[in-house]
Parts: sequence; C-alpha cells; structure tokens
Amino acid sequence: MKIVINGENKEIGDSVTVGDLLKMEKVQTPEYVSVQVNGGFVQREAFATSRLKDGDQVDFLYFMGGGSKKGGTKSDFIIRTD
Amino acid sequence: MILKTQLVRLMLKLSKELFQQLVEEAKKQKPLEACGLLAGKNNTVLKFYPMTNEDQSRYHYSMDPTEQFTVLKDIQKRGWDILAIWHSHPDTPPRMSEEDKRLALMPEVNYAILSLAKDFEYQLKAFFKDTNGEFIEQEVSIAEEGVL
Repeated sequence: MKIVINGENKEIGDSVTVGDLLKMEKVQTPEYVSVQVNGGFVQREAFATSRLKDGDQVDFLYFMGGGSKKGGTKSDFIIRTD
Repeated sequence: MILKTQLVRLMLKLSKELFQQLVEEAKKQKPLEACGLLAGKNNTVLKFYPMTNEDQSRYHYSMDPTEQFTVLKDIQKRGWDILAIWHSHPDTPPRMSEEDKRLALMPEVNYAILSLAKDFEYQLKAFFKDTNGEFIEQEVSIAEEGVL
C-alpha cells in the first residue's frame, strides 16, 4: 500500500503498524518519538496495535529538548512513563 | 570518522538577519532557555521558527509536540528540511552539555547553541552527531543578507 511519511511517498506492505513503520524507518528510540496519522496523535502505547491503511499520511518527530543541566523536565517524565 | 565532504554539507549558513533573530529570541526569553528550529535547503538556513520552551527553565528546554508538527508541516510545504535544532544557553558557554548529548536523538541534523554567558556572548556553535556518537563541531557561516 502507498502512504506518505514525513512528506515523502512510500510503498509498504499490508498490515503494518505504526511500531513496525518506526522500525522500518530505523527509529532506535521510539519512546522519544511523537507520531501523527492524518493529523491526529497516536498514543505511544498504541504504536504496536495501530494499523496503517492505504493513503495514510504519517508524520513522526523526535523529542526535541536538552539543556545546560538535567532535572525536573518533560524529558524525565518521558523516561519514567515508558 | 566523518568524511570531510560530509562536514562541508553539514556546515550551517545563515544571514546576519537570521542570526540577529536568534540573538533577539535568546535575549527575550532570558533568564529562560530559548529554543527553536532552523529550516532551509542544503546547508542554508532560510527561516527561524521560535518554539515554546515547555519546561520554562533557565537550565532546560523541551519543545511542544503539537507545535513541532505545525512547524514540520510548514517546512514540508515549502520543500525544506529541518537543518538544526537550536537553543540558547543563558549562563553557560555554547557547548553540548551532557544533557544536550543525552537528548540529541534526531539524526542528520545539527544541534545549534547560542550563548549569552559572559565572555561567550552571542557565540553561535553547531554540532553534528556522527555515526560513533561523537559530536563534531560544524562551521557556522553568518553572511550579509543576499550573499548566501
């Protein structure tokens, strides 16, 4: 089936989940990635069960953060919850 | 080891006007860390997208995913790429801190830092994570408008 990933047309097999797609895209830290399918967020817990369909537009972005010191931040929250 | 040809490709070129926008955003957000995305084509920055620092911290920043996607779609619409993830260091030099390195997760982009610290004021540096996980400083070229 044909889908659009981050603005690029790609052809993938059937019955592919968001989690599968992230592996195919060589994402090594899915716990730090946000995904939208057709403009709606996919919860991280649903990556493994959300199946894509023909024509879907998938966008994914890595968490973007950092800082001169560590502590008390959203990034720590992400680590704890995953 | 990263090839010299890659170093050339990854250097960051921006106009003086865009550089000034970074300085103004960093000063506006001080004492908090400012953050944003630099987008463009090849190695030339064509637009600065200031982003909300969800942490509201002087030592840390996190970008809001909803805002990130809005900006990503604008970048895609223009046929550009994200060239650098930018933030300010209000009190420290423009170097990759351990926290910056830990959270440098997105491949194939530069990590740009502007310092407001005494003795490093307005120094802009960019770093690229190579395949060995080492952060290699990239050349940053600031040109007058129209001569990029």
